[in-house]
Amino acid sequence: MSMLKVSSSPNQVSGVTTRRIMLTVIAALCPSLIAAAVLFGYRAVILTGVTVFSCVAFEFLFRKLLHRENTVGDLSAVVTGLLLAFNLPSTLPYWMAVIGAFAAIVVTKEFFGGIGQNFANPAIVGRIVLMLSFTTAMTNFAEPFSAGADAVASATPLAAEEGTYSLTELFLGLHGGTMGEVCSAAILLGGIILAATGTIAVSIPISYIGSYFLLSLVAGQDAVYMTLSGGLLLGAVFMATDYVTSPVTLKGRIIFGIGCGVLTFVIRTFGAMSEGVSFAILIMNLLVPLIERYTRTKPFGSGTVREVRAG
Amino acid sequence: MIEKPEKAGRVRGGVRLEHRKNTCFTKTSVMPPPAAVTIPMKQHIGSPCTPAVKKGDRVKVGTLVGVSAGTVCSPIYSSVSGTVAGITETRCPDGTRVTAVKIESDGLMEAEKTSPPEITGPEDFIEAVKRSGLVGLGGAGFPSHIKLTPVKGKPIDTLIVNCAECEPYITADHRECIEDSWDVFNGIYTVKKFVGAKNAYIAVENNKPDVIKVLLQIASDASRDPENRVRVTELKSVYPQGAEKMLVKAVTGRKIPLGGLPSDVGVLVMNVTTVAFISRYLKTGEPLTSRRVTVDGGAVERPQNVMVPIGTSVEDVLRFTGLRSEPVKIIMGGPMMGTALPDASFPVTKTTNAILAFNEEEAKKTRTTACIHCGKCVKNCPMGLMPLYLAQASDAGDVKELERLSVNACMECGTCVYNCPAGRHLVQAIRVGKRLLREEKAKKGETAK
Repeated sequence: MSMLKVSSSPNQVSGVTTRRIMLTVIAALCPSLIAAAVLFGYRAVILTGVTVFSCVAFEFLFRKLLHRENTVGDLSAVVTGLLLAFNLPSTLPYWMAVIGAFAAIVVTKEFFGGIGQNFANPAIVGRIVLMLSFTTAMTNFAEPFSAGADAVASATPLAAEEGTYSLTELFLGLHGGTMGEVCSAAILLGGIILAATGTIAVSIPISYIGSYFLLSLVAGQDAVYMTLSGGLLLGAVFMATDYVTSPVTLKGRIIFGIGCGVLTFVIRTFGAMSEGVSFAILIMNLLVPLIERYTRTKPFGSGTVREVRAG
Repeated sequence: MIEKPEKAGRVRGGVRLEHRKNTCFTKTSVMPPPAAVTIPMKQHIGSPCTPAVKKGDRVKVGTLVGVSAGTVCSPIYSSVSGTVAGITETRCPDGTRVTAVKIESDGLMEAEKTSPPEITGPEDFIEAVKRSGLVGLGGAGFPSHIKLTPVKGKPIDTLIVNCAECEPYITADHRECIEDSWDVFNGIYTVKKFVGAKNAYIAVENNKPDVIKVLLQIASDASRDPENRVRVTELKSVYPQGAEKMLVKAVTGRKIPLGGLPSDVGVLVMNVTTVAFISRYLKTGEPLTSRRVTVDGGAVERPQNVMVPIGTSVEDVLRFTGLRSEPVKIIMGGPMMGTALPDASFPVTKTTNAILAFNEEEAKKTRTTACIHCGKCVKNCPMGLMPLYLAQASDAGDVKELERLSVNACMECGTCVYNCPAGRHLVQAIRVGKRLLREEKAKKGETAK
């Protein structure tokens, strides 16, 4: 008999790979992509194509340059590209989107070692870099169905006076905003896909949205309106649930989600900006190692242990 | 009236595996004696035996060939009749080498004359179990007489007979329950009597409805089990339910302390085949010389359970069941916790419950990529550990962190690796981590002296 294969046990695995998880996320992002295409026209599709292509290209080129294993196949760069696009207004010049992709993939992800090593959500950093660099372009929101770059500028529900939009309009996305955040219905559908396939821990979106909702309710705001406005749902479902930049324990995830909710509320209510989701998630991303330090799981039976210490 | 089985509680984490119990309805076959057997002198946890025979000696089935003066040890008997060809050395699946007795079979399977042991009290019972050569047949290999010896200050009130058999493929315990149901019950009555347990449970996973039915029929029959002393507990099929700590929690709700044993919470856990063997031994006095082995996997032509004389090589067993294709990987034990063998020359021991011969497709490995921090390993760890950080600490050689994360609580069930989308070798890293901690402690112990 010839030599046999040997390996450490277990000798059987589920077959779920990073690539397959990313494919599920991409599938969950599709409703929002379709909604963006319907609401903002062909430019939304091209802009998304630009961010996805540049994210993948940057990852490929950077790793080639460093003689590292090509990781484009895991599709995480595609997810980053999609999420980055969803955080941009449909009117944004393409070259700016490329800069955003650079900040996301090269600076945030690859400088720190590639997939799994980034300290913050790449798409969020990309958005923040663009927001601070090109504030005017980043807040030039097109009116849905007006199509094209010279569209009528439209206020986001958060910048507009409360009550400008009906809840139905908020739910369907008939208002100004970034490409992925406007249509709450599409985001929720994506969230259901992610939850049903067990891809994300529902603990994060629930604690995030829940804590924000409660706070705005207590503060006397129109809580439903505020929750459906801006990037909250997109952030809670797709951005805060990023594996790499959220805690691994249930307790940690709840703390993380509540932290995101509180910070979003504080920034939106007391800050100069009308939007606070990106910064809230970014700050909580940075706190993940600390949260994990204090939310370690307890080994089975450790509560009942009689500590016997030698000497 | 046939009672309903008791429902067990839930345990933390784990994973639902494809059962692949292809052999559960096939009657066990008895394989003809091989041309020669190589009987290792260590088939249990504890000190090794020394050969009690020399080259040229005539032996029969049941002739004592390995003895030891140690307490944590189990005697070893010849599994065939024939002539001792020599005292050699053989490899164990864990990579160590051990002395072995090689016996050339005469093909007659002539047995030593035996008589049932005389038992008047618990001491005789434990002595008899020791003489029988019995160890935990579920795969652990802990000498049974040690398990049955009472521990001062830790009385046993509950006996749990483990028939979870949560690993895929393996059906050795399943067939034991179907083919030797009465031995199972008689064994339980005996053990229960001698350890003084009030309650006895047989815990069976619900992927074996036929086993549950057969056991319940006996347990509920007032004429056969008049005191209704044995309860059948139905477990949800979740791997690794059969692990001692998980099983005790599921059946009794008691939590074994970290680093503790079932006896710490008044429970004795025994494998079902082990218990059934006790009953057979007390009836006949025939020591442990063969065992039921599940032979399965894509490369096997006729997957089935086989009664294999201990010391038979894996190659001989596979020759008996036939091969559909050349095996690419051979595993001794289940796919989750078994050991992949470098070749097929290894002998079957008392603890071999399965031999799996995998084809190319089944032996395929997943590519290892970067950890994406998904937390699946943490969520599903039945022991509540954090495998990703254990592996990280192990890679970094951070002994303090390994200890802080309770590396030694890991039972290496492999649930984390099974689920890992990045195909990371977490269990392997944890094993290395355990060794690092052991070495560090040994070093410290030396400097303290």
